[in-house]
Amino acid sequence: MIRFAAIRLVEIAAVLLLMSFVIYALIGLMPGDPIDLMRSADPRATAADVARLKALQGLDRPLFERYLAWGGHALGGDLGYSRLFAEPVTSALGPRLANSLLLMGTSFVLAFVLALALGIAAARRPDSRLDRAISLFCFAGVSVPTFWLALVLILIFAASLGWFPASGIATAGLGGFRDRLAHLALPVATLTLAGVGGYTRYVRAAMRDALAQDHIRTARAKGASEARVIWRHALRSALVPVTTILALSFGGLVSGALVTETMFAYPGMGKLIFDAVMGNDYNLALAALLLATATTLAGNFAADLAYAWLDPRVSYQ
Amino acid sequence: MRLPLALLGVIAAASFAGPVIGTGLGLDPATVDLADRVAGPSATHLLGTDELGRDVLLRLFEGGRISLAIGIAAALAAAAFGTTVGLVAGYLGGWTDRVLMRVTDAIIALPLLPLLIVLAALDLGKLGLPAWLVQSEDISLLRIVTLAALIGWTTAARLVRGATLVTRNRDFVRAARSLGAGVPHILIRHILPNVLAPLVVATSLSVGDVILLESVLSFLGLGIQPPLASWGSMLSNAQELISTAPLLAVYPGAMIFATVIACNLLGDALQRRFDRG
Repeated sequence: MIRFAAIRLVEIAAVLLLMSFVIYALIGLMPGDPIDLMRSADPRATAADVARLKALQGLDRPLFERYLAWGGHALGGDLGYSRLFAEPVTSALGPRLANSLLLMGTSFVLAFVLALALGIAAARRPDSRLDRAISLFCFAGVSVPTFWLALVLILIFAASLGWFPASGIATAGLGGFRDRLAHLALPVATLTLAGVGGYTRYVRAAMRDALAQDHIRTARAKGASEARVIWRHALRSALVPVTTILALSFGGLVSGALVTETMFAYPGMGKLIFDAVMGNDYNLALAALLLATATTLAGNFAADLAYAWLDPRVSYQ
Repeated sequence: MRLPLALLGVIAAASFAGPVIGTGLGLDPATVDLADRVAGPSATHLLGTDELGRDVLLRLFEGGRISLAIGIAAALAAAAFGTTVGLVAGYLGGWTDRVLMRVTDAIIALPLLPLLIVLAALDLGKLGLPAWLVQSEDISLLRIVTLAALIGWTTAARLVRGATLVTRNRDFVRAARSLGAGVPHILIRHILPNVLAPLVVATSLSVGDVILLESVLSFLGLGIQPPLASWGSMLSNAQELISTAPLLAVYPGAMIFATVIACNLLGDALQRRFDRG
């Protein structure tokens, strides 16, 4: 187990290293580098000026050399300066990371609790009318375009009914707890509705498998109550695959709400990545994308570990 | 099975035949009528007109043509590439298999949407592609299909590899091998037919996924570019008029929703049918 974990960690480090170079190279291929921008801002700039600026910023050196220089600084904790936010990349990332974790964490817990209830209800009576209704709801959940769902919620609950604000994180100058909560309502609703369908399908499948096992029949034969059979016996074995899925979605906590955050102008990591890429903020885009990659890989790693830890039959020898 | 097939059939028929019939009737989805902008439903415009006075219904059909074409083309391309990788990895085994599966795992483990946004925003000229291609009207279409296929092939590769591992030691494959059949022959004639069922399921599911992906990218302004229009790009345009004409945003989203749910239900129904044998 420890050996397995160590090998996986080395692999993750290798993938991260490789991805840092790939992303670095890709960012350089985006339209409009910093020199282009300066040149369009100042029509009097000559070719000699451009060459001088390129040399000044090190852009005349080969890609790999520039990457190594960036990597050296990054390892020392210096991720550079964000053009878009006019502050160091690390201080631009911090608050937005916290915002995203709050948004995603809340939606995730809500979606999971709902999925547990719906999935168990559906698995107890397979092919009943309730099971079919829940299944259709799940299909709807995984098929709905998130940005459209967000738009419809805004139309109904913000534009028509006026119950909740449509964008931002807090009213300027107000910003109490209730105000923050009201601003979270619609983005959380969007993410919960978009996520619950997928989770429910996993819970239902895991519960059905669990309920079909011999030890469930034994428990019933011994006269255990239905509630005890479901919650103590079946759910326990059903939680093994479900936990794996949970750990996998942990990776999405950082960047998973890109579309939703953009729709609601919510200042989180997803919107930051989008804005940084679209705004040619190379340093910020690079750091944010790598952070997103690292958390996703960490989520996968957690899923593998959870799987082995919870199910004694799994061994990674 | 019948319901999703019927739904998909209606949407596809309307999308591919609609523009043709419209042209026959003298209606064109690109006709601009600035005197008749953002109008409600009428006898000439059943669903009203958009911000440039174009007929919304015809535009929906036209957008559907693009969205469906992208979905089908990318799903097929991903299935073809994934099948090749899966067959090679599963049949040859050893180092080839290990390397290919590591790459597959690594791609699955990446945060795809943020990376796709970078890929969709790349300056193709800087990649060294010829200018006639970069400036062509269809480049946004090609780019989306390529991107969707690039991230979509992993499902097919895993499925096919798994099925190949099971099949390659079955008696009829051994018999074929001992009769002197070459590797390509065995792969195509003996192994491929046995992995077809799960592949069909995965492909029908991935059509829906690609349509969703295309709509997201187009909505963010990184997908289909004018003069082409897809459901996603129509939604993106409609967003600016959300307070005056909310229905303009509701229609294309509803079309995406209906198409994707039909693809998913179809995939599920096929899966059940194959499971029963």
